[in-house]
Formats: sequence, C-alpha cells, structure tokens
Amino acid sequence: MEYKAPKEAYKGVVREVTIGKGDKALKIGGENILPLHFFDEGSLPNPPRFALEVLDMEPADKVPHLLEPFGDAISDPIKWAKKCETFGVDAVCLTLVSTDPAEKDAPADGAAQLVKRMASEIKKPLIVYGSGDEKKDAEVLPKVAQVCAGENLLIGPVQKENYEVVGKAILDNGHVAIAQSPLDINLLKELNVKLCKFLPPERVVIDPLSSALGYGIEYSFSLIERVKQIGVITKDSMTMMPIIANLGDECWKTKQAK
Amino acid sequence: MPISGSEIVKMLPGRKPCKDCGFPTCFAFAMKLATGGAALDKCPYLSPEVKAKLEDLLAPAIKLVTIGTGDNKVQVGNEEVIYRHEKTYVHPPGIAILISDKESDAKVDEKIKKVKELQFPWVGLMLKAELLALQFESGDRNKFLALVKKASASNLGMILISQDLDTLFAARDLCADQKPLLYPITKENIDQAIPKIKEKPTPVGVRGASIEELIPLTMKLKEAGVDDAILDPGSKNLMDAIRDQTFIRRAALKQGFRPLGYPTIAFPCFMAKDGLKEILTASVFINKFAALIVLSDFDQFSLLPLLVQRLNIYTDPRFPMAVEEKYYEVGEPDASAPVLITSNWALTYFIVYSAIESTKIPSYLLVKDTEGLGVLTGWAAGKFTGDQVGAMVKKSGIESKIKNKKIVLPGRVARIKGELEDALPGWEVVIGPREAAGIGAFLPEYVKTLRK
Repeated sequence: MEYKAPKEAYKGVVREVTIGKGDKALKIGGENILPLHFFDEGSLPNPPRFALEVLDMEPADKVPHLLEPFGDAISDPIKWAKKCETFGVDAVCLTLVSTDPAEKDAPADGAAQLVKRMASEIKKPLIVYGSGDEKKDAEVLPKVAQVCAGENLLIGPVQKENYEVVGKAILDNGHVAIAQSPLDINLLKELNVKLCKFLPPERVVIDPLSSALGYGIEYSFSLIERVKQIGVITKDSMTMMPIIANLGDECWKTKQAK
Repeated sequence: MPISGSEIVKMLPGRKPCKDCGFPTCFAFAMKLATGGAALDKCPYLSPEVKAKLEDLLAPAIKLVTIGTGDNKVQVGNEEVIYRHEKTYVHPPGIAILISDKESDAKVDEKIKKVKELQFPWVGLMLKAELLALQFESGDRNKFLALVKKASASNLGMILISQDLDTLFAARDLCADQKPLLYPITKENIDQAIPKIKEKPTPVGVRGASIEELIPLTMKLKEAGVDDAILDPGSKNLMDAIRDQTFIRRAALKQGFRPLGYPTIAFPCFMAKDGLKEILTASVFINKFAALIVLSDFDQFSLLPLLVQRLNIYTDPRFPMAVEEKYYEVGEPDASAPVLITSNWALTYFIVYSAIESTKIPSYLLVKDTEGLGVLTGWAAGKFTGDQVGAMVKKSGIESKIKNKKIVLPGRVARIKGELEDALPGWEVVIGPREAAGIGAFLPEYVKTLRK
C-alpha cells in the first residue's frame, strides 16, 4: 500500500478586503486554503489580525482584570484607543454602547463626532460597532458613515432589519460593512445576497456571532468552519469573505470571568 | 473509505434465496452490512478468506482502542469525519498528567490525587481528566516500577513511557490486566518488542520521526496480530503537528489507508515551555484530532477550560441540546415572584437561569419549546410567536402559582408583545433586557415594581 500525503487544493479564494486608508490600510482575507492548513496547495497572504475593544463610555460592569491594563484611560475613549495602540494591536474596535436605547440612548451626532476624532487621532484602522439595536443603529451608523466619509472604516453590525439604509451609507461614503446574522449559515448567506445586490462583495466582512467557551463556542466553531469550507472548497461567492470574531464581550460577560 | 453495499454483494455467495442471514436477498444483506446494521457472521457460506477480507473492509476506518478497564477506561478512535459538522466527533480525547519517576513522592501523590479528585460539575455532567502517563527517567528501574505499582493502585488508565524496553515490559507485567498503553514502539525496538507485546496484549503507542516512518511499523504490528495501536508522528512543533494530525485523519478517512487508521497521541508536555502555552497547545489538539493528550501538570484553572472545550467540540451538532418545556423554579419563589420566559435551547436556558440565580431573587422561569433554538432564532423559525407563547403559558399552570399576572419577555422579541397580550387576556407583558447579561440590572428594579 503506497502512501501519498493527502494534500488538497481548492477552487475558491476568500476576497481580499482592505480597511483603513493610506498608510493605515490593512488587508485581510485573500486565502485559498483553510485556516492553518499551510500544508495544502495555496496560500494565506494575510494572517488573522487582532483588534482591541474600546467602549464609548466607561464600562459599568466589566471585571477588574480586564480594565487594569488600561488604567485611567478607560474614562476617555480616545485615550483608551491610544493605550490599545501601545499594546501593538493591528486595529482598534470601538463599540458605541452609549447609543443603545437600553443604555444612555446617546444621539447619533455625538457618536459620529467621536468616531471621526478617533479615526483621525489613532494610527491604526478603526472598526466601529453600533449598539446592536437594529433601529437605533439605522440612525447612528449612517451618520457615522457620512461624517467619516472616505476613512474606509469597518462598520457594523449590518443586520437584515437595517441592511438597506446602513449598507447604502457604507457604499456612498467608502467604508466596509460587517454583515451580522445570528449563528446560522442560511441567514448569513441570505443577508450577504441581499447586501451584495448593491454593495461590492469585497466591501463585506462576515460576523457570524461568536460565543464564549462553555456558552456555545461549538456553534461558532462549526459555523466558521463551514463558512470557510463553503467559500474555499466549493467556491460559493456569498461566503468568500473574511470573518470577524467580536468575542471580547462574549467572554468577559460569562459567570466564570466574573 | 466506506465500502458500498453493491461492492459487498459481489463478494457474497449469491445463493438463490437461502435467507439464512435473515434477509430476503444477498443484496439486502449487503446493504445492511455496509451501514453496520448486520453482522457478517449471519452468512454461513463465506469462505474464511472472503470473510477475513470483508471483515477488514467493514472495519471502522480508525481503530477503536481502549486504555484502562472498568469505569476508568478511555475509548478512542472510531471517528468517522474530519470536520464535526459533517456528522459528529465520537470519542473525546483522553487527558493525561505526566508523572516522572524523578519526581518526589509528595508530587507523585499530588498528581495522582488531581486526576482522581479534580472534577467539575457542568450541565448535569462531571468533567475530569482520566489518565496517568508514567515516565521512566531516573535510570533506576526499581524506582519506576515502584511508581507504576503506586499508580496502578488508583485504578486509573495508564500510559507507560520508557525508552528502555526491558523496563517497559517489566512495568507492563505489574499491571497488564489494567490494559496500559506501552510507549514508545519505534523502528529501533519493534522487532524485539513484538513477541513481548504478544505475551500479554495491551495497546501500544507507535512513534516515528514522521508519518512515513509510522507506516511500516503499524504494518509490521498488524502482521504480527497487534492491532491496538496509537500513533505519534513525532511532530516537532505546533504547525507540523496540525499538518500531521490532519494528514493522518485524511489518509484514514478519505484514502482508506489502513496503516494510518489508528487514533493519535499528542504531548503538549514536551512541546511547550510554560503552563499557559502548554494548555493552548493542548486546546489545538482537542480541535485537531488527537485522541490522547499528555500534559505535564494542571490545576483547576487550566484544566476546566480544556475540559469544557473538549465537551463542546465533541457535542453532537445534529442534536441541539434542549431542556423540557415547563416552568422552572429559581430559588424558592412565592406568589409575588417574577415570571420570565425564554426558549428551550439548553444554552439559553442555562445562561438565563444562572443570570437570574445570581440576582438571588426567587423567580419562575418559563421555558418554551423551540426545538432547541435560541429565542430570536426560535422566533425567526416561527416557534416563539405570541400565540404559541400564550398557549404555552396557559398550559404550564403558572397562573395558579402567582398573583401578579405579569410576564417578562426577552427584549430581542419585544415585537411579539402585542400578539402575546392578545393571546393572554388579563396578563401584562413587560419587555425585559435583550441579553441575559442585562438581567442582573433589570430584575432587582422590576421586583420593586411588583411589590408596590
């Protein structure tokens, strides 16, 4: 019996997406192999990139271990973002929690101004997450997109309830969309299909929702594995996008972390 | 590579309906054989050669190997897929703690005790490590044998590690009936080892400097009738290990390559320099196919995440874990206790339950059957509509338990409030937090309004 190393080669290529502009520009995606399968035929030109999380207001219920490295900086989002940069991050991820109707219901204008200031003051590309409230995000995220036109921010979550208005603003103002759907391959593809009717697919990053260990990580694990396989192995255009895992909050809100 | 029924039927005697196997035709029998629904013995007309050939073809692509005996045995192998979403992973990797005969008695006792006693209750299960890996390092055979004797008294599954073959078999002789794994069998010692293995058969760990080096070794073992093997491809670093583990799994499953159709062992204890890196290395092996994982040491903080990851990854993805539809009592609720509702996906239930529990406010938690979906997905799938939730609330009997007819609805499905109020005349529907994490802030305030 002859052994031949079972190397594989695939047809699909994950689209290369660029976030940030000028010398801040960062490329993600572009691979035609599965994650970590460097032994197969193909390449992974852009390794996974790491961003640190910044909130637009001082966190109320975060654990001390998490906040300690940031010191006083957490009282000011811009300082907090700059502190993140000193840790060698590839990008900064700002979440506009204060705009959540269940939090301060802060207005869109102020949030957009903060994003603009942060984008101009930090040296790394900026990822911006709204509160996740699909109605409020439909006001806040288009405002952010307009005020920061041309910055090529990575903006989300774009959800099935608000993809038209948020997606349009992302398109018109030169940004990249985070298409978010709740842990389901079909919902994920459906949203991408709808979004890509007007937004070029190389301006879409998939957020399949991440879960913490012991709180459903197996769902995220298998969904991400499937998305990558359907994209890379079977060349399904609507899953050939890079994936973002926004997992800080998911992990730190668990009982064990606290 | 599984053999198909139509290939099997060509090898069967094809006697006009003898039906001695209990099936109407050879073809029907062959189809059952292919899916594991019938035993080959049922056909009395197979020649020994054909029978042996079929047995080999029908054997699982990855051999099932058992280490240890009784309640403490660890079974690995028999895996059928490369990616868990293709079907499911079957046998979670056994986790071992490494004990050298150079370690002090106190340390040895502590490590054995850890494996025996470090257990974590989790979602109705008890999570624990299960194996002792005993390493001959001191150069003093009697010292090693004393260690093996002590360890075998624990009745835990054992991995015996010795480069010196005589010491390895001397140790085996002390505990052969406990079915320890003997490691390493290599190209240098295999010829000497085979007759000794056959004296008292136990599983053996085969080590090569590469996958290619393993192949002649397992073929030689199999020829000698030794088929309970575990593979160590000698990967030098993590990237090589991912490659080797993946190639072995692919070769066994996709190429049907028998010489690599065995479970694998991984040694994060020899690959990483510090404890955290070692646990992270081990976590890679949980995802990437290792069947046995040997750690130098662990404590509750490093072991629990690994055990939970192993549980999660080896959960069958075809069946969402679900809990029963009914009302659950959190603490000891009375008639003025709040009533909350959620869906019956086990994760949702446990997260919501523990969020309520940590407020220390006795409550009723209603669980609506969504066939194991979360609240929002359940709603999207039409299993958490106002009508259905209303009917469930009525049927649950909660009404007779409480005096305030108020129910807290998860914020994510606030949109069914109107529908639910129509379905539940006399009830008030209150919109709760969107995430379970918000319950801690929400519930104490809400309870004040109930008591007014």
